[in-house]
Amino acid sequence: MNSETLNTLDSYSKNKYKYGFVTDIDNEKPKKGLNEDTIKFISLKKNEPDWMLDWRLKAYSKWKKMKEPKWANLSFPEIDYQDIYYYSAPKGFEKKPKDLSEVDPKLIETYNKLGIPLEEQKVLAGVAVDVVFDSVSVATTYKGELEKLGIIFCSIGEAIQKHPDLIKKYLGSVIPAGDHSFSALNSAVFTDGSFVYIPEGVKCPMELSTYFRINAENTGQFERTLIIADKGSYVSYLEGCTAPKRDDNQLHAANVELIALEDAEIKYSTVQNWYPGDEDGKGGIYNFVTKRGLCAGKNSKISWTQVETGSAITWKYPSCILKGDNSIGEFYSVAITNNYQQADTGTKMTHIGKNTKSKIISKGISLGKSQNTYRGEVSFLRKADKARNYTQCDSLLVGNQCGAHTVPYIDSKNNTAVIEHEASTSKINEDQLYYCRQRGLSHEEAVSLIVNGFCKQVLQELPMEFAVEAQKLVSISLEGSVG
Amino acid sequence: MFLEIKDLSVKIENKNILNGLNLNINKGEVHAIMGPNGCGKSTLANVLAGKEDYEILNGKINFKDNDLFDLNIEERAQEGMFLAFQYPVEIPGVNITPFLHSAINSKRKRMNEEEIDNLSFAKLLKSKASDLGINIDMLKRSVNTGFSGGEKKRYEILQMSILNPDLAILDETDSGLDIDALKIVTDGVNKLKTKDNSFLIITHYQKLLDYIKPDYVHVMVNGSIVKSGGSEIADEIEKDGFQKFQ
Repeated sequence: MNSETLNTLDSYSKNKYKYGFVTDIDNEKPKKGLNEDTIKFISLKKNEPDWMLDWRLKAYSKWKKMKEPKWANLSFPEIDYQDIYYYSAPKGFEKKPKDLSEVDPKLIETYNKLGIPLEEQKVLAGVAVDVVFDSVSVATTYKGELEKLGIIFCSIGEAIQKHPDLIKKYLGSVIPAGDHSFSALNSAVFTDGSFVYIPEGVKCPMELSTYFRINAENTGQFERTLIIADKGSYVSYLEGCTAPKRDDNQLHAANVELIALEDAEIKYSTVQNWYPGDEDGKGGIYNFVTKRGLCAGKNSKISWTQVETGSAITWKYPSCILKGDNSIGEFYSVAITNNYQQADTGTKMTHIGKNTKSKIISKGISLGKSQNTYRGEVSFLRKADKARNYTQCDSLLVGNQCGAHTVPYIDSKNNTAVIEHEASTSKINEDQLYYCRQRGLSHEEAVSLIVNGFCKQVLQELPMEFAVEAQKLVSISLEGSVG
Repeated sequence: MFLEIKDLSVKIENKNILNGLNLNINKGEVHAIMGPNGCGKSTLANVLAGKEDYEILNGKINFKDNDLFDLNIEERAQEGMFLAFQYPVEIPGVNITPFLHSAINSKRKRMNEEEIDNLSFAKLLKSKASDLGINIDMLKRSVNTGFSGGEKKRYEILQMSILNPDLAILDETDSGLDIDALKIVTDGVNKLKTKDNSFLIITHYQKLLDYIKPDYVHVMVNGSIVKSGGSEIADEIEKDGFQKFQ
């Protein structure tokens, strides 16, 4: 690698995170630490029915007996669960504001700065947005329009109040509270998140989107999202996330459950841009996320697309349980790590039904001193006749101090299963850079173009409105420059 | 003087490639450099374009009143230097349209010209492509990816016609082309030629010079120019080879 490349790589390390500002707003928090009182406080704040509190407390008692899963290729100091605030709400949010005139103007300004205007007329055409600030949902746009179709799109807190039957039936049905310690933790203390229900036969006419923001210091964010697509329905959902720059690490442990019934399709896209820490690896979000989808019915389909650029630590495996015959699971991922970021991400495809199909496309890009691991498990159960999987994992290394790792597990109990696996690891090619620069592109532009080209297969899976944003985000994570 | 190379010596990995090379090119001139394999022709092209693998031991290069060594690769390109590569590299996933659009705008920015918008650029690209007999469908593909040798060379000429350089260096553009492809490529070059731009054509064979008429032909041996003259030199080489110059 020549000197100019190294210089430019150096300049990448000057990571400038453009969402790193803090909103100065009064917060209401319980005492730090996790115990039954914390959970009761959260449940009380949310005005929850007793069954919900019981559910949380059961999860808490499971959590107390569990240890964090340790198999990931990640190193970080022990998390002190007693040094975290588990609930933080902008003051005056005992009840969700009815309309924007009741919302603190500082909050509205925050979201304008983030490029997420809350006024409906300004919101991206055709995208309904639910916004979560620290622990509470701030605003949900386009609600009325969706209600006409029978679509429910609201905060999970509101759904617990208004749609208890759906919550009781489905919450924890895909990710049981006792699955592992982070799912138990989330089940005990989750504060807000989104709830979506698409009725039978309805194709949701717009993108549904949630935007998560951690603002308060020493606060964990534990959101819970539940999406149910009833028979023959379709929905496309997108989440985005940012957090201020802070020297301490902050914990984010979300749970997302998807359920697709017969002939239903759910497309779930994530653009994750939590604060990754500074160039010395100080600060940043610890992102321990459990995402799992159940293709419950015949011919159902769940597709995960993720662009992971942020967080100090990413531990995330959006998975599909392919229970219905002919159901399809897909996972498209771009994970970029820079400086001291660590990502251990991938997917799990569990083939249960006949003729089930899964497809995994993973693109990992490592820069700086970062470590980037793809971890995937594809399993075929005994009855999964003629099931198929295709996996493609590509890694791109930029510089000499980063690492890329691929850890695929395959487990087949059915000999009619067909499995294809392709993997590649390459370094950014000096000849490509020379070629681009000879045409007049700067070194940074050239790297960004080549990396975007490398990710194209995944980026094109994103909804149109966000594909351009994601491309820009990819460039920003590489350049460390303000976009 | 437009391009002035003075006493240029260059080495790579302890091997001297160019040894005291001199060459002057004026506006509106077409120069051809011929020489046997390994004489340093491609090194000269890459040193002009700014590739960083070489160590400059001695000499000076002036280009449009700039000391060329003060400019990096992209600045030279933005100043109007274009290298048509012998082996254009594939860049998967990068579509030619945004690629060239960024390229032309970075040049315009440096020249303090207004940037060209998406729509006008798309029109420009289409019309230049059809001038060169390039199918519109080819514009939807990634840069050089999966192209045949001939397609790659045609793409180089298309890029050249879009970027409209002051100095175009063609490095063995004729290699690997059949006669039809050679004709398309050289037609493209001839269409671009004006009294304000210059060409430096590097070639092993004389065949290319049947289609592009050079004003000057130089013979390069062991890293320096040993003979210069008109197109009659090309005929000499065609007849007797490089032997007598060595």
